[in-house]
Formats: sequence, structure tokens, C-alpha cells
Amino acid sequence: MTPWTFFITHRAEIWSATLDHVALVLIAMSFAIVIAVPLGMLIVQHPALRTFSLGLASVFQTIPSLALFGFLIPIPLIGGIGPRTAIVALVLYALLPILRNTYVGLTSIDPAVLEAAEAMGMTDTQILTRVRLPLALGIILAGIRTATVITIGVATIAAAIGAGGLGTFIFRGVAMVSDAVILAGAIPAALLAIIADLFLALIERRLRLQ
Amino acid sequence: MHYDKPPMRHVNSSSIGPGNEASISSATADPIIAFQEVTYSVKGRSSPLLSQISMAVNSGETLVLLGRSGSGKTTLLRLINRMLAPSSGQVVVEGKSTTDWDAIRLRRHIGYVIQEAGLFPHFTVAENVGLVPKLERWDPARIAARTDELLRIVGLDPKEFASRRPAQLSGGQRQRVGVARALGADPSILLMDEPFGALDPVTRAELQREFSELARRLGKTILFVTHDLREALLLASRIVLLENGKIVANAKPQEFLRIDHPEVNAFAASLQAVPGAPA
Repeated sequence: MTPWTFFITHRAEIWSATLDHVALVLIAMSFAIVIAVPLGMLIVQHPALRTFSLGLASVFQTIPSLALFGFLIPIPLIGGIGPRTAIVALVLYALLPILRNTYVGLTSIDPAVLEAAEAMGMTDTQILTRVRLPLALGIILAGIRTATVITIGVATIAAAIGAGGLGTFIFRGVAMVSDAVILAGAIPAALLAIIADLFLALIERRLRLQ
Repeated sequence: MHYDKPPMRHVNSSSIGPGNEASISSATADPIIAFQEVTYSVKGRSSPLLSQISMAVNSGETLVLLGRSGSGKTTLLRLINRMLAPSSGQVVVEGKSTTDWDAIRLRRHIGYVIQEAGLFPHFTVAENVGLVPKLERWDPARIAARTDELLRIVGLDPKEFASRRPAQLSGGQRQRVGVARALGADPSILLMDEPFGALDPVTRAELQREFSELARRLGKTILFVTHDLREALLLASRIVLLENGKIVANAKPQEFLRIDHPEVNAFAASLQAVPGAPA
């Protein structure tokens, strides 16, 4: 069976796996952004928390993804088999690039600009929302972009713990020793990553031009 | 919006809020800013950055703070708008100690210009200039009118420059916008920290000339930090020389060079650094 004929005959199944995959990534990325961006804002003011949280996020990144999925299964509430566990693991993976870029973006602003903001009589909140955040947005978005591309790739492994998505085809293909089946998962996953990357790059460029 | 009333109100504030104060204030004798035995030190440094500073600044004068790098000029400036608070002694602004002022109110009441301007790169020129009025919640029409007026004051055509970003300006133009922004809510005091320091000599001379004319016309009280004696002599109505955190000279420009003090002599010598250059 050629990859092409497999694609044609299983197109409905591939399409539904792609949608599952996108859902996994979107949910995981939403959680990751909601956690990492505010945390990044917080650690600008709190050096002790900064070392701890950046360190912890780095540790998550170093754990091999298949092992991380495995470790999470026995944990109560967030563990078990299925998408929920997968999403937790994906969030942990996506934290570091977003957290680090948020922190770097907020702290790499021209000191003269911050001095001026303070001297003009802006409150700390105004400096954060009107100066630091808008100026850091491009860098934060670059972090989100990196995290998204990583998450799309790592999410294929989530199929190993029954979370569905395009990884289902890849694992099945490996078991069947069928390139066609592996490609049915790998090609859409690669396309998703490219599309997400281009789309987010476009938004990033728009923001920087402003 | 109203300011807290200082005990010795030196101006008859207009009812529209922060505005039109400078022209009225110059008549009174009370100093607008007074340093009373101010010492400022930081942890981990044996000698204080400023020690036992006492001086008064009168309304409407252009006081130049002269000194080498690290002499404490910028520190002194930052004590006035409470970017820093004195370790001992007090800084009195318009009759009230800076520590009794609400820091935000005090800063919006005092214009501030720094080297490289520190313009907000994500704001247009007009948004930069209108920042303090906007923070003070002026209505948009009034902000727009004020912005246009200020750009004209600093020699920039609002039609051409209002919607530009700082990145689309030359160094001299950026500094002009910096001055316009500092004048935003018509403060009576203007603090300037080496505002022309990063400009090329020709542009610097141009801005110095225009600025000294502007300062006279606006009647603001100006504290101007520089390490350039030539600039000090050109702009100052009074020069205060700092050395290692202490005031070593305080004189009108025409008397300054006659003071016999090693640091004054050192600065005077800098004027003749180039053989054949006019002093």
C-alpha cells in the first residue's frame, strides 16, 4: 500500500485525528499561557521565585517526553490514561519557553525608558501595563510560538497514553512496520507545526511593526 | 484633579489643575526647592553619594549642577522628584518635604528630561508628549491642543511629526520631543539630566541656544545637570559645582571662574584644553 492510497482511504480518520491533535495543543497552550505569562510578570519583582520557577520549568523540559507521560499516569486527579494526563504533560513542556521569554521581554527594556516612565509619574501598574508589557509583547509571542511548535510535536507522543491525535497513526505504523501509516500521522503533524509557526510569525511581525 | 495644598503655597494655582503656574510664581521670594542638610548614602558604600547638601533654588532660575561623573549631580536631581529619598535631612519642594508629597503627584508636577530622551518607542511623538496630561485625565481635545502647542514650542511642526515614532527621528529631534514631553502638564519645575549629552556638537550647540531662549521665555525653574562647563556658562543663571557629593562652589556664571578652588580651576582648565580654541 502506498502512502497516497492509505491517505485517501483513511482520510476521514486522519482528519478527525488532526482535529483531536489541534484540540490537545490548543487546550494545553491556553493553560500554559495563562500560567506562564502572569508568572513571568511576577518573577520580575521576586528574584527568589524567579530562580525556583525558571529552574523547575527547565527540569520539566529535560525529562524525556515519553517518560513524563509515564510518570504522570499514577498521579491522582491529573493522572490516568487519556487526554487529561496528556494535556498536563504538554503544559509542563510549554511553560519554559513562554516563562523565559516573558521574563526576558519584561526585563530587557531600555533603562532610560523605564526611568522616564517613573519620572513622568506613572504608577507601577501603569509602567507594567503601558510600557513593559507592550514592549515585551513581541518577545513573549516569540516564546509562545516556540512553545506551540514544540507542543505540536510532543503531542504525537501523547497517543502512547491513549490521548488520541495524530500520534495514533505513528505508533500504529511503527507496530505494523508500515511507512504509509507512520506518514499518515507524521505529515499532518509537520504541516500543523509549519502552519502554526507561519501564522504566529505573521502576528509577531505585525506587533513589532507597530 | 487637585494637588495636596502645601503649607507655604507659592503660587495662586489656576482652577483647571496643573497649569499656568510658572509665569505667576516667579515673583515670590520663598525658594521653590530647598535642600536642608541632605545626605544620601547607599548600603555597601563607605562614603555617602551626597553629604550635608544645603542649598535653595529660587523660582525662575536656571541652576546648573556641574561636576565630574560620580560627583552626585544625578543623585541630587533624583532627590527632587523623589525617585530617591534622602537618608537624612530633607528636600523641600514648594514648601513641603518630598517625603510628605505623594510621589506620583510630585513627579507629574515636575518635568524630567534625560540623556537619549528615553522616549517610549511604542508611542507616537504626540502620545509621548501628551503622556502626563493623559495620566492626569485631561479630555482628548485639550491633550491634542496641548501637544500641538508644545511641538511648536520646541520647533517641530505637528503636522509632520505628531504621528511619527521615536525611531523615525534624529537624535536632536528626539531630544526636542523629550523636552516637549517634560513640559506636558505645564510643570513649574524642570529637571534635566545631561539632556544634550548624546548629541553631536553642532546639534548640541543649536539646541543649547534655542533652549536658553526657551527657558527665559517660559520662566520655569530649571535644574540642569552637565559635566560641560561651556554649557553651564551658556545656560546657567547660577552654577553649583559638586565634588565627591559635596557642594564646593555656588555662584553666578560671571563670578564662577573667579573662584579659587582646585575643582573650579580643573574645570576652567578644561575650557582651554584645545590650544587656540576660544574660551
